Amino acid sequence: MSAPTTYRQPVSRLWWLKKRTYLMFVLRELSSIFVAWFAVFLMIMIFAIGRGEESYRNFMNWAGSPVVIVINVVALAFSILHTVTWFALTPQAMVVRGPGSKQVPAKKEVTVAGRRMTAATVVRVGGRMPSGLVIASQYVGLAVVSAFIVWLVLQ
Amino acid sequence: MTKRRIEPILWLLFSGGGVVAAVFLPILILLFGLAIPLGLLQPDYNHLHAVVSYWLTRLVLLGLIVLMLFHAAHRLRYTLHDGLQLKRLDKPIEVLCYGGALVGSVVTLLIVLSI
Repeated sequence: MSAPTTYRQPVSRLWWLKKRTYLMFVLRELSSIFVAWFAVFLMIMIFAIGRGEESYRNFMNWAGSPVVIVINVVALAFSILHTVTWFALTPQAMVVRGPGSKQVPAKKEVTVAGRRMTAATVVRVGGRMPSGLVIASQYVGLAVVSAFIVWLVLQ
Repeated sequence: MTKRRIEPILWLLFSGGGVVAAVFLPILILLFGLAIPLGLLQPDYNHLHAVVSYWLTRLVLLGLIVLMLFHAAHRLRYTLHDGLQLKRLDKPIEVLCYGGALVGSVVTLLIVLSI
């Protein structure tokens, strides 16, 4: 294949600083660094808990040092950004149907052993939950899970 | 071809990890990253040990950490690719991101099994 001959304007490596929406996009993507950070943090913590009370205390002393606290404050901010943006995208990524939906017969073109055939099937239509409701129900889930974890740890 | 086959699985792990990170991470960071290290909350060690050693907790923690690692790896791969335009480094970036997630997953499995 020959190389494309059309002119492509070079894009600056700092393209994401040019617009607020671009910056928000990049910040959202950067939340992944802190997801990875806290996954590793949890790994070390579980290891420390497994090794005994002294290891656990040492781990928490380290976690209480100013540098780690600052990292975790930033990590919390990024994790909230991740939660808000992820919840906001869910209704766009999947269709949630409520009790108002119903199944109707439909036909579908399929290929079986190289032959085109028409197959009978059913599809679900109607009753699509409004995106606001989908987003709100995710926050309810978040609240329930968070409350459960607090109860589990502190009981 | 092999790459095409694995791509949907990577996207599945990405979105699974995205969901668990969205739901579990804020409270976990608030508790174990801030409140407990700062001494605002002091859970009993024996209770904590008992909770973490329970088989279901271990399974959940394993799933949580593995999914979060692959979520981060996948997102970081695209951020490095688009954000810094490191197209020439695509291969090493993929190896580093997914390889790191894989190593982390195996280590987590060992940790969870050793409690």
